[in-house]
Amino acid sequence: MQIPAAFDYARADSVEHALELLEQHGPESRLIAGGHSLLPMMKLRLARPEWLVDINDLHELDFISEDAEVLRIGALTRHATLLESDVIARLFAIITDAEHVIADPVVRNRGTIGGSLCQADPAEDLSTVCHVLSAEVVIRGRSGERTLSMADLHRGPYETAVAQDEILTEIRLPVRPRFGSAYEKVERRVGDWAIVAAGAAVSLAGDGSIEQARVGLTAVGLDSGTVTRAEEALRGGRPSEELFVEAARLAGEDCSPDSDQRGPVDYKRHLADELTRRVLRRACRRAAEQGAEQTCRLP
Amino acid sequence: MQIAMTVNGEQVTRDAEPRVLLVHFIREVLGLTGTHTGCDTSNCGVCVVLMDGKPVKSCTVLAAMAAGHDVRTVEGLAKNGTLDPVQQGFMEEHGLQCGFCTPGMMLTARALLDSNPHPDDHQIREAISGQICRCTGYATIVRSVHWAANHAAEEVPG
Amino acid sequence: MTTLDEPPVPAGPVDERERNPAAAAEDRPIGFGRLQRKEDPRFVRGKGHYLDDITLPGMLHGAVLRSPVAHARLVSIDTTAAAAHPKVRAVITGKDLEPLNLAWAPTLSADVQAVLATDKVRFQGQEVAFVVAEDRYAARDALELIKVEYDVLPPVMDARKALDPGMPVIRDDLEGRTDNHIFDWEAGDSAATDAVFARADVVVSQDVVYPRVHPAPMETCGAIADYDPIDGKLTLYETTQAPHAHRTLYALVAGIPEHKIRVISPDIGGGFGNKVGIYPGYVCAVVGSIVTGKPVKWVEDRSENLMSTSFARDYLMRGEVAATSDGRILAVRTTVIADHGAFNATAQPTKYPAGFFHIFTGSYDLEAAHCKVTGVYTNKAPGGVAYACSFRVTEAVYLVERMVDVLAQKLAMDPAELRLKNFIRPEQFPYQNKTGWEYDSGEYETAMRLSMKIAGYDELRREQADKRARGELMGIGVSFFTETVGAGPRRHMDIVGLGMADGAEVRVHPTGKAVVRLSVQSQGQGHETTFAQIVAEELGIPPESIEVVHGDTDQTPFGLGTYGSRSTPVSGGAVALASRKVRDKARMIASVMLEARPDDLEWEKGRWFVRGDPEQGKTISEIALGAHGTLELPEGVDGNLDAEVTYDPPNLTFPFGAYICVVDIDPGTGVVKVRRFIAVDDCGTRINPMIIEGQVHGGLTDGVGMALMEFIGFDEDGNCLGGSFMDYLIPTSMEVPDWETGYTVTPSPHHPIGAKGIGESATVGSPPAIVNAIVDALQPMGVVHVDMPCTPARVWAAMQGRAQPPV
Repeated sequence: MQIPAAFDYARADSVEHALELLEQHGPESRLIAGGHSLLPMMKLRLARPEWLVDINDLHELDFISEDAEVLRIGALTRHATLLESDVIARLFAIITDAEHVIADPVVRNRGTIGGSLCQADPAEDLSTVCHVLSAEVVIRGRSGERTLSMADLHRGPYETAVAQDEILTEIRLPVRPRFGSAYEKVERRVGDWAIVAAGAAVSLAGDGSIEQARVGLTAVGLDSGTVTRAEEALRGGRPSEELFVEAARLAGEDCSPDSDQRGPVDYKRHLADELTRRVLRRACRRAAEQGAEQTCRLP
Repeated sequence: MQIAMTVNGEQVTRDAEPRVLLVHFIREVLGLTGTHTGCDTSNCGVCVVLMDGKPVKSCTVLAAMAAGHDVRTVEGLAKNGTLDPVQQGFMEEHGLQCGFCTPGMMLTARALLDSNPHPDDHQIREAISGQICRCTGYATIVRSVHWAANHAAEEVPG
Repeated sequence: MTTLDEPPVPAGPVDERERNPAAAAEDRPIGFGRLQRKEDPRFVRGKGHYLDDITLPGMLHGAVLRSPVAHARLVSIDTTAAAAHPKVRAVITGKDLEPLNLAWAPTLSADVQAVLATDKVRFQGQEVAFVVAEDRYAARDALELIKVEYDVLPPVMDARKALDPGMPVIRDDLEGRTDNHIFDWEAGDSAATDAVFARADVVVSQDVVYPRVHPAPMETCGAIADYDPIDGKLTLYETTQAPHAHRTLYALVAGIPEHKIRVISPDIGGGFGNKVGIYPGYVCAVVGSIVTGKPVKWVEDRSENLMSTSFARDYLMRGEVAATSDGRILAVRTTVIADHGAFNATAQPTKYPAGFFHIFTGSYDLEAAHCKVTGVYTNKAPGGVAYACSFRVTEAVYLVERMVDVLAQKLAMDPAELRLKNFIRPEQFPYQNKTGWEYDSGEYETAMRLSMKIAGYDELRREQADKRARGELMGIGVSFFTETVGAGPRRHMDIVGLGMADGAEVRVHPTGKAVVRLSVQSQGQGHETTFAQIVAEELGIPPESIEVVHGDTDQTPFGLGTYGSRSTPVSGGAVALASRKVRDKARMIASVMLEARPDDLEWEKGRWFVRGDPEQGKTISEIALGAHGTLELPEGVDGNLDAEVTYDPPNLTFPFGAYICVVDIDPGTGVVKVRRFIAVDDCGTRINPMIIEGQVHGGLTDGVGMALMEFIGFDEDGNCLGGSFMDYLIPTSMEVPDWETGYTVTPSPHHPIGAKGIGESATVGSPPAIVNAIVDALQPMGVVHVDMPCTPARVWAAMQGRAQPPV
């Protein structure tokens, strides 16, 4: 077995306590939640923190809370919880789609949404999902709280705006009417990281045209997480195969994948195109269905 | 550091380095060698144990993180000398060959049946999809879990 | 054409008892039949006894420092800081091993391999130093304290270019060596084959790669060496499939007298050929124990396992088939570049550097055949013969079965029909093929037609036609394999001079219970059950009254071990013959007890009785007590009921099978889904159908793995790209279908119980069925071949007409 280098361990019992511990133990202290990204890195000794602050007892960060305009998800919410959540499935099917294909059921019992976002792995599914959902994240430090967009959170591969002495505490997802979203991933095998994955979210106007659209791609070297030209092409259009094909073509053009064991550049570009089409179809269908449901519920 | 947890219903307190992995705590500190190690990257699942009733990969959990929790290993599957139906099912349906992945598979099966007493083939396959078996080709594991589901009430002498 | 008339041999889609364990439980066999495994009660309780479960008093832990680069000259190693670590007891380098003559060790193929590098490193992951410490965490920590300076050299990574002039010479340790050539080997008649090709109506040819894969058992390799300096005895616990061969090799290499070496192979968490060889880590553990005077445990991690221990395959083949225009296959020829890595450490009979690859003639009645195999060194890990390959029958079957499909496509013939037209016919057995094999028995058409019946072959073809019309990609792949397993005979087959035979010893205790001792070692195949059933069948002693002892060289007779599907064909023969010796002896003793002449006694399972007077008889239990009692025994009959046999098989056995695979391919992504897999196997006499089915299922899963995802690749700098389970992908429960199995029974005429072996059939036979199905699905796009692994990216490239080999 590979074994991490030695470190000291402290367990936090509240967010404030965790922040204190981070301050107290200095720059070589790190938070650990699910640990499924950090511990493998530590075993390879690519990460060697001197202190680990365990935040698994911070139950205050394990919640899914819905109000009229925003869905709030605590950073410590496990993948398994997200996958099983009815409210998530109803409001943000893209998360349910993604959670089905993140790692495996056992890993999903441990891994957390906050951990996923803070790892900022370019092949990580929830990062794309949160970009597509125009999520905001709440970051708390000793001096207070700040709220960032996903674009501001992710500064590059494996790099975020969360300082060493801060905690990402919450993800906020705006709830919109006539909204649909979807995610699809192609992987070499169940449980593998994406070769390419795509996510889309659309909200439809009353006349059925696309009011807003976000399209995100995983593992294809996008800095921003979403593909702007495709989104612009969709906005204002009526959902149709022609429109999806055009947007998907732009998505394929605008990504910049690298060739690796999972596939060459041309294949990944093709997948970006193919999967964008698929998620747009599904997202628009879901938006229309949700719109219809909402209409029916009107008095 | 002092690490205290419940393992197979018994409260244990032991001294261990903070970096000791839960799998090593179970195997080497507690001497329960039914839990195995097969990779370093949480891909293979031969180290699966139940933590608070849910399967986790014990090579990717620190013993310190498991402190205060309820851990169940293969040694805790049988109760008072009576085999769990899952254990009996694996024997009945040839759900194991070399036996190395078997403890993890059985624990995941137990957790699945606890939440879903009559899973279908797909649900069983999905539940064990984070665990690799190199011998059986999985079909007999699926049959074994069905056997356990169909014999839930039976008491099997151990 | 697909109807199955009355089969000439016993056959069925499934054994009823396999599907209905309850029925089997009521009818528990004393002998052959479905039987729950004797080993299972300990495994399901977590009470298996694997190597890493063993802790000896005072035991220390070893860890290996490995080369980060593929090819480099070793400039210096500084172990000062590591040795100063408070928990470190020893740090060993190649320089320390040189005076012991252990820096290099002989391989199983007449080459040498570095135990710890002294001059150069020759593959990424090669062993450079060994640390012994008080615990495994400290041993790992100390590895980081060793400073090694490397002078990096260009690596040789492409086997096709290994023999080009000017390539770096990897093995400059070998005197006079100026290139990377290992061997050339040929089988068959080159001129006769060329003549057939010259007059053939149709010739097809195709480059076919069987890429480098790895057996990757769930338990990695390891050893615990416990050297007792007082009596000079080395007790070596090892994850080994061949404990006796290991003992002899250690005696020869380390100079410890053989009687002072005891190799114990405990429960093995899967082997698949990965646990045949002696790895440097084992030797280091031995040296570590001698140096420290304490037991030393070394267990590799998964990356070490994947990067340094015996890989499998890596055959770059060009296949050619000559045929008539109406689909009569006349000849097959092939040239192969065999990538053996940095040291030639393949494990196969000495005579056959390409293993049994020359069974590439397959299941067909050919006029001529020829192969030429060239072995080369590259800067990759050594190995090549592993992963349930039956000594390279995997490569042979894949080649011929892929080529037959290429021919079928060229002739626009149905691939099943083409096979049926060319099979060796039942009356031709024993069949002499064109490369020197004598196939023992076969009923190929029966198996083929049964598999087609289970599959609903014609219906599948109709479904495919409908789907093609809609632009959907569905493929049906057929493969038919003939295996050659159960090596020896020993006059033809040896491993480093040790003849390939196996011993067995049967003892019946005074109360009629028995113990059988085996030279072979189970890695999950269920030997404790199967071998008890053979004794039960022969002697009528219930399997639960028979103890099977194996995996301890101090307790078992000599033999070559478990690989190449040898256990049932060879040790099974030994156990059956030893049991029959016991039976014969029991007859002599019974004759005294019954006061009858031996010739007047008749045997029924478990009992000798007087012919014509069935009431007058003695059970094997009664006879056992008689043998150990006060009875006056006939001259020449010892007072026991024991026997031992070393079985030297007269020939190999030739299991066979017909496989059909159905795949669906997502045209937008290239993702392949194996929807159905039908496997009809014939392993001769069936001892325990449940275990047989399990062996087949496991092998089919290997096939899905190799066909779709498993691959040990390298970049051009020599970095291994399959060095963890994040990249070396093994099928999960989600990638494999619910297997559909069937069987026919064509006993081996020369084997004592007619059994042929089943351990590797499905691994051998399934990859071509899957690849044939994929190519079949893509035929409308003009695709003729896709190399494994058929990952989504590679399938999509093939769909674009840009298929590339993986290496």
